[in-house]
Amino acid sequence: MGPSDSSAVPALLLRGVVKRFGSLTAVDGLDLDVPQGVVLGLLGPNGAGKSTTMKMLTAQSLADEGEIRILGHEIPAESKWARARMGVVPQHDNLDEELTVEQNLRMFSFLYRVPRRQRREAIGRAMRLAQLGDRGDTLVDDLSGGMRRRLLIVRALLHRPELVLMDEPTVGLDPQVRQDLWGVINALRAEGVTVLMSTHYIEEAERLSDEVALMAAGRVVERGTPADLVAKYAGATVEEYTPGEDGIDALEALIRGHGFTTRRTGTTVSVLRAEELPESLRDRLATPLRRASNLEDVFVTLTGESVE
Amino acid sequence: MTLRQTREDARPEIHARPGRFEADAVLGVVAREWILYGQSWRATTFAAVVEPTLYLLCFGFGMGALIGTLAGYSYIDFLGTGIVAVSVMFQSMMPAVINTFIKRRFLHTYEGILATPIDVRELVTGEALWLALRSGVYGCVPLLVAIGFGLRPGPGMLLVPFIAFLAGFAFALFGIWISAVITSVRSMDYVFSGLFTPLFLVAGTFFPLTELPDWVQSAAMVNPLYHAVELIRGVVFGGLAPVTALGHVAVLLAFIVLMWFLAGFQMRRRVVSSGGLPPAPPPSHAATRRRWAPSAARSSRARPPRSR
Ligand SMILES: Nc1ncnc2c1ncn2[C@@H]1O[C@H](COP(=O)(O)OP(=O)(O)OP(=O)(O)O)[C@@H](O)[C@H]1O
Ligand SMILES: [Mg+2]
Repeated sequence: MGPSDSSAVPALLLRGVVKRFGSLTAVDGLDLDVPQGVVLGLLGPNGAGKSTTMKMLTAQSLADEGEIRILGHEIPAESKWARARMGVVPQHDNLDEELTVEQNLRMFSFLYRVPRRQRREAIGRAMRLAQLGDRGDTLVDDLSGGMRRRLLIVRALLHRPELVLMDEPTVGLDPQVRQDLWGVINALRAEGVTVLMSTHYIEEAERLSDEVALMAAGRVVERGTPADLVAKYAGATVEEYTPGEDGIDALEALIRGHGFTTRRTGTTVSVLRAEELPESLRDRLATPLRRASNLEDVFVTLTGESVE
Repeated sequence: MTLRQTREDARPEIHARPGRFEADAVLGVVAREWILYGQSWRATTFAAVVEPTLYLLCFGFGMGALIGTLAGYSYIDFLGTGIVAVSVMFQSMMPAVINTFIKRRFLHTYEGILATPIDVRELVTGEALWLALRSGVYGCVPLLVAIGFGLRPGPGMLLVPFIAFLAGFAFALFGIWISAVITSVRSMDYVFSGLFTPLFLVAGTFFPLTELPDWVQSAAMVNPLYHAVELIRGVVFGGLAPVTALGHVAVLLAFIVLMWFLAGFQMRRRVVSSGGLPPAPPPSHAATRRRWAPSAARSSRARPPRSR
């Protein structure tokens, strides 16, 4: 089977993928479909198996069971072809610090086999995209954290990949720098590039992703557009109640008793889908703090994890 | 539509079906090393010149005064040719063990490379090929130094770079295999004391093997350095029967084939997780990288750590 020539071939297709490390099952029957041109946010608590999944997509980790296809290429058998059409932004920064920005990019233009005549242009384009146009001769060691991260990202775009994998591309960056990176991701989206991005920042996933997949214990537990997921699990509004003298446990029990989903938010109890709270119950509660439901509410509800 | 067009144009041409061994991939790895070398050639050249000079000065004059002739050669001629082979070994096996280990374990270099359309065997071949090329060139330096010390130039010397290349390739693959066997920096002590030292002592470099016990002489027959030394002396001084020369070359080639398989196999076990590997080192690797990169892997580019 040759490479895809129609965009009907999914960018990613995973069926029943299992990955074990000794007695630990890191990925446990994962199914995932990503059509071309979609930005998919992969959300999940620590240890959910996000990085392991990414590694299997580049065949740096071999699945014990299941089927993986990337742009129609079977993994791991045809992984080299798949890798020629995708770019990978690693979780660990592995830039060569002693080399300049331009040298780092040139190095990868060789590895990605960018044809000789297009190399210079590809490097220039990458530097512009990373807003490092005038930093070509700067040593990576002398770049700020945000610049390094932008360089790390555009390094994976030198060969104009059709699919880009990013494992926590913005972890540990300050909010301003993160927003800069969002620009890069939006540019990719505009070009029709498929992006699979894992992140710990739920707000980021909500903003950048066309769809999110929630992963827990090695499986996708829910999948959809952020808006649909929020509507499905958290409704329109969330209300935060401060417990009275009965205590937080009693308060939570009371609300749950009426069939509502709650979660602890510090010393308060947040009620999802609060717009449906009956007046009779509301009368027994103090005045809440009201806000729009968000993806974090969904994430916490579905994974049982709390977020920092 | 036009966007799509440009992207098609820019896509790298893949010349072979996936899975096959591609020269382009190997050259990509070599090109990468070439760029790195652009940064480190001064230090590499310094070491390549100073080391043999010191050896020849100290041993040549110090011992030469006592020994005069050895196995039919003036001691300085005997030593000068031996040093060529020793420096090939230092130039190839040492960085193969140390740098390869550090790139794999601490710098995440291979993680980055293997996310591009490069396979493990191509990576290993490229790394070894680079070291072999370097050895081929730098192997001539001690020869030139020895000429400065009175070794008589001859046409046979033109073959030395090729022998140095062959021996360098063998030692580089050997070193890469070892780097993929060891699991910690500490075990390098075993490698250098237990393997490296006997290899370079028991090869007829500083003194002929003929005085050593029989079993040591037999053991030396599997030492590639011995065959490199014999070949180099043979072509420099003449008088090497073609059959004997072919025999030495055959041993080196056999060693290369064996090591190529071992290095590829073992490296694959380390970098492709098929289960049971320890999780990646924690993000604090940045500290390790700083500590290791300048001193061992990148001695050439040692710069004091800067504060960010
Ligand atoms: N090479 C390995 N050997 C053994 N266990 C591993 C290995 N890699 C990952 N694991 C385990 O597999 C599980 C999933 O890890 P993974 O790194 O995929 O999680 P993650 O979703 O990326 O988490 P995080 O958000 O912390 O990055 C964890 O329990 C982890 O300890
Ligand atoms: Mg991870």
